[in-house]
Amino acid sequence: MKGRMISLGTAEGEAIVSKEPIGFYGGIDAKTGIVIEKGHELEGKCVKDKILVFPRGKGSTVGSYVIYGLKMNGVAPKAIINKETETIVATGVILAGIPCIDKIDIENIKTGDKLKVEADKGIVEKLK
Amino acid sequence: MYLTREEESILNGEKGEVYEKVFRLLVRLGDIYGADKMIQVGSVQVAGVSYKSIGDPGRDFLEDFAEKGAKVKVLTFLNPAGMDMENWKELGFPEDFAGNQIRIMNAFKKMGIVVTATCTPYLAGNLPRFGEHIAWSESSAVSFSNSVIGARTNREGGPSALAAALCGVTPNYGLHLNENRKPNIVINVGAELKCNSDFGALGYHVGKLVKNKIPYFKGIKDANTDNLKALGAAMAASGAVALYHAENLTPEAKIMETKGLENIDVTSKEIKETYEKLNTGKDIDIVILGCPHASLREIATVAEKLRGKKLSKPLWICTSKAMKETATIMGYTDIIEKAGGKIVCDTCMVVSPIEKMGYKTTGVNSGKAANYLPGFCKQKVVFNNIDELIKGVM
Repeated sequence: MKGRMISLGTAEGEAIVSKEPIGFYGGIDAKTGIVIEKGHELEGKCVKDKILVFPRGKGSTVGSYVIYGLKMNGVAPKAIINKETETIVATGVILAGIPCIDKIDIENIKTGDKLKVEADKGIVEKLK
Repeated sequence: MYLTREEESILNGEKGEVYEKVFRLLVRLGDIYGADKMIQVGSVQVAGVSYKSIGDPGRDFLEDFAEKGAKVKVLTFLNPAGMDMENWKELGFPEDFAGNQIRIMNAFKKMGIVVTATCTPYLAGNLPRFGEHIAWSESSAVSFSNSVIGARTNREGGPSALAAALCGVTPNYGLHLNENRKPNIVINVGAELKCNSDFGALGYHVGKLVKNKIPYFKGIKDANTDNLKALGAAMAASGAVALYHAENLTPEAKIMETKGLENIDVTSKEIKETYEKLNTGKDIDIVILGCPHASLREIATVAEKLRGKKLSKPLWICTSKAMKETATIMGYTDIIEKAGGKIVCDTCMVVSPIEKMGYKTTGVNSGKAANYLPGFCKQKVVFNNIDELIKGVM
């Protein structure tokens, strides 16, 4: 799958997929990497060392700092894949140095898929 | 996006890690919004200052940047912090909150940012000219500079504004371009507007209606900069209006075409209904004025009303340090304090932890404050003009 590079880097890991947008501020705990938004489809799941796949960000712009906080606390996802990266997530991943690609057809990715992300080339590959 | 050779070299890391990161951020945002190039900015205003808003992750991020030697290139001011940076103890701000807020301000200062924390930088020494490109964050300041001054800025997030300050440029898109500054809806104002709270009510109502459109007001007979500040602030809060035009009042209005646009009438009926809607409380615990930060004229008006009187409840006027200094020279601070009120600097009721300070119902004359206080600070609101608010706590 080919998309657009938002933030540089490469990563390999297991996908965790949300069909809903994610609001990082108040949505994910920066200390643990656990999704805390009430009623969110990923509530209670941890994003640490996963390839986090979701359509787009939502909510407060402070979310950018939460993404940065996840990285500093060692509980960040290895990479982020979006349908459309808006400014909150773009700002967060660039500041944190998390590889990120958007314009990917995320319907083709399921939780548990092994993925290789080469953000510099804008490529996401499913590993067998 | 077109990048100069120097800009390319920043992206390649030749100016170090911090500049590589923040410049990459500007380039990506430019890509997302279809910018053709970078443009120089005359000044910056950075939001995301209050510890209440940005928390530990924001504090750590800013300290890391400051530690790595990041320095701003242009005149840069800050949005309000979570407390009065000088008199926080006396005003009852919690100690642990204060410690974190002070660390945040020190990080900003280390980066060369003027630690005057205000949502009215244009009153405190950061005044852009007509047509100047700037990168400002706070929604009412963005509205004022775009609409009343005719400067050009998108509504920046905290980090993108900081990136613009460090690099001295911003991507050329949105409200930096002529074609995106045209009005797309006309508001015919039939109501008579007498004071800031009337303008705030109008702004709240219109913001809800037009969301992120660019309204063109007709029929506002007169308005000073305080009134326009109140109007723009409320529209930016209840909607996402970053630019408005007002016939005979704002500089770009006369060059804008309004033929063929949708028209909406606002009469005294809608203004009255807005007052009713914004009033969710009854017995005021504290009156807070100065949202956006009070001008000297607004402080003088309040001082005149409080001369020789005694208040039964606390009253704060939030403003910038620059305005307070002058108010003190003129004796206004003394009059207000003798009546039992306070002039509070560098913060505002929305970003300070007033809900933790025992206040449940706040009296305000600001449509913007009335919009945010129930959610951000769990307050009930009494929304009225200054005379009525003061009468209620006498």
